[in-house]
Amino acid sequence: MHVAVPGVKTLVPYLDEYWQERVRIQQLERLDLSLTSYPPTAPLSGRPDWRPQQGPPGSDLALLQEKALERFGVRYAILNCLWGSQVLFAEDMAAAFCRAVNDWIAAEWLDRDSRLRASIMVPTQNPELAAAEIERRAGDPRFVQVLVLAGLDLPLGRRLNWPIFKAATAHRLPVAVHAGSAYRHPPSSSGWPSFLLEDYVSNTQLFAAQLASLVSEGVFAKFPELKVVLVESGFTWLPAFAWKFNKTWRGVRTEVPWVTKPPFDIIRDHVRLTIQPTDAPNDPAIINALIEQIGSDDMLLFASDFPHWQFDGDDVLPDGLDDALLQKILVENPLATYPRLGELVA
Amino acid sequence: MSLSMLAAEKAKPNTRLSVVDCDIHPVLRSDLEILPYLPERWRDHLKTYRRHLRQGLHGTLTHMRMQVNRLDAVTPDGGPPGSDVDFMRSHHLDQNGVEWGLLQSLQPAAHAERNLEYGAALATANNEWQIAQWIDKEPRLRGSIQVTQENPEAAVREIKRRAGDKRFVQVSMSPRAQEPLGRPRYWPIYEACEEHGLPIGLHVPGFGSGYASTPAGWPSFYLEEHQTFAYIIMGVFTSMVLEGVFERYKGLKLVLVEGGFAWVPALCWRLDKAWTRMRSEVPHLKRPPSEYIREHIWFTTQPIEEPENPEDLNRVIEWIGWDRLLFSTDYPHWDFDDPKTVFNIRMTPEHRKMIFSDNAKRVYGLP
Amino acid sequence: MPNRYVVAKVGEIAPGSSKLVKVAGRDIGVFNLNDSYYALLSKCPHKGAELCKGKIVRRVTSDEPGSYTVIPNSEMIRCPWHGWQYDLRTGQSWCDQDNVALRKYAVSVETGEGLLKGPYVAESYRVVVDESYVVVEI
Repeated sequence: MHVAVPGVKTLVPYLDEYWQERVRIQQLERLDLSLTSYPPTAPLSGRPDWRPQQGPPGSDLALLQEKALERFGVRYAILNCLWGSQVLFAEDMAAAFCRAVNDWIAAEWLDRDSRLRASIMVPTQNPELAAAEIERRAGDPRFVQVLVLAGLDLPLGRRLNWPIFKAATAHRLPVAVHAGSAYRHPPSSSGWPSFLLEDYVSNTQLFAAQLASLVSEGVFAKFPELKVVLVESGFTWLPAFAWKFNKTWRGVRTEVPWVTKPPFDIIRDHVRLTIQPTDAPNDPAIINALIEQIGSDDMLLFASDFPHWQFDGDDVLPDGLDDALLQKILVENPLATYPRLGELVA
Repeated sequence: MSLSMLAAEKAKPNTRLSVVDCDIHPVLRSDLEILPYLPERWRDHLKTYRRHLRQGLHGTLTHMRMQVNRLDAVTPDGGPPGSDVDFMRSHHLDQNGVEWGLLQSLQPAAHAERNLEYGAALATANNEWQIAQWIDKEPRLRGSIQVTQENPEAAVREIKRRAGDKRFVQVSMSPRAQEPLGRPRYWPIYEACEEHGLPIGLHVPGFGSGYASTPAGWPSFYLEEHQTFAYIIMGVFTSMVLEGVFERYKGLKLVLVEGGFAWVPALCWRLDKAWTRMRSEVPHLKRPPSEYIREHIWFTTQPIEEPENPEDLNRVIEWIGWDRLLFSTDYPHWDFDDPKTVFNIRMTPEHRKMIFSDNAKRVYGLP
Repeated sequence: MPNRYVVAKVGEIAPGSSKLVKVAGRDIGVFNLNDSYYALLSKCPHKGAELCKGKIVRRVTSDEPGSYTVIPNSEMIRCPWHGWQYDLRTGQSWCDQDNVALRKYAVSVETGEGLLKGPYVAESYRVVVDESYVVVEI
């Protein structure tokens, strides 16, 4: 689920004196710092009946409670905040704003509804500062994962990024890779697409590249406890990607001798995916064929992606899933992926 | 004890197979082999400046490929694999029952040249070389008209120069360009292709755009880099469809070479779903994206997908359509597919013939 | 009782290199590793490539990303097409595990070696040195 920071103004109370001064001098309180990936007024960013009267989609707690938590009978919901602090060039400003967002989430969301949990927004611009933010939040058990955007400066698996994984695994926190980009690189290796629709569809290539990086660089070999969650990636692309990955791996083992198992097996052990969007026809035969190709019942996690418009009415799940698999998607897999979910809040 | 006979096995022509191989690579023996096909003005230039590309290393790709060619395809006189038409004939065309072999002439990669006029000259030289060294020497071979997409006027001139010459069956350019290929700056090229009944055949990866090879940045390892073949093709496909290229050029055909095909169903489903949500952004599209794909786009089979459960290959092909796949070997590259061993699934004789031969003949108008 | 075929004279195949021969209707690669001889059918179980035209390589293992250890006496033949690797001494492949349709052998992970054995095995033959001749038994 998503919560939206209405604007820089909202965070001012959570900034220290220096950053409040900067906001004042630069007149930053006029900015909303929303993402090119999710313009607030674009159709995908908010289903019409999920949009508040005031403010961007995801900024209204009552609406979230009624339309999502109550509607879907949610026991725990993980809030992911997609906001511009992860896109800024200046590292210190990014770190200050991420910290403020996490404080704001705790005070104005987690404190107000005991069903809510959250991802830690980290300044990926500087992995050491990101690790420091993880350390800062680790003591609050309502923060259950670390959040990064799918499009960053460097491929996620690069060793320069490892302080993030080290801190995350030290505190049993999965790392969520969420659709969206800082646009340091264009969405295609042939430059900049014309349309938001095109960028969104191209997220598949972005997620695939990040997964290839994580496995090839040996992140899961170095951090065997790590779980990575691909959020809003769609999941139906995974088998084709993994088959090719396995095929190439068999012939290039000398290059990456720390990849000691077929990549698809490593992915099954360490990677989870949320079910929105379900990029397939609502045909049980096709859905079940895809799940069989994925080859593991442990990988899919329930999500509504509220307030993003991925489905109409209550059609949050595809047809044709058997009860045992449903139980895994709705309850068991999330509990297994997020060890903190089951713990009592202090 | 018997003394063994050590015989060099002579390649016997394969009379049981008949395939159209939609991806064969003719290779220059050296960079300078192209010189006689260049005008005087560019010969000195090539010898002095060689190439000026969007990368840091001179003359070598920045990511070191673990392997480029089949090690057993070195020519009898020790030349690079793919550089000798006679050896290609006996080592591949005869042995593998190739009825038509479509050349994808990736060297000298004119499309990547930053100096646009030079690039146009290299493209013309490439096409002349294909005729002289390959097509005129081996009647089963057909060429691809190489054009420099960043210089659309020169590209259109080259297409018009070759149109009507039956030795060329398609137009080829880089799938990795300065803009996504559906963008309007490339439309004059598509107009010329449609006018002259020439499909576009895009071969991955197309080095030289200067953009990172993935949207996440530059990969460290060849294992990662090799995955990008699919990403490139997915981007081309998405762009051409969403920019309305097939709405505008209703006769245009697109063949995507060596990008794989198992990812096609999921991408079609994703495109249709996202378009349902955001169709107001692209009002020029009159139909769901997947419909354009079913009518205008084909995929070559190599490198053949190897699902964990071989039956999934049948399933994937059903989802795409048996009429959309064109067999290819990628001779002499390392991830070559041998027509005798490529498919480990049961296929009806009709489907087998479609993939190995009939689909390609229909797309390219081959007898 | 296997048939015996002379494939080379002692000294003809230098240590670390190989000879391709055709014997009893089979293409066979004969390899000299430190003056011990091994023979493999030159046909890759994957897609039928002429296996023995590939490079001889050694196994590489790793303790962690960034560390590379070349294992002594671990020679493998690397298929000239798709790069699958087979132990020269036994024919055992080192590249795949869970291909359900083609699995023939139990798969095991060997502690400390870091590589999985695969289900594919390249057919191998016994080679002996008889006086000054290298002999393959088929």
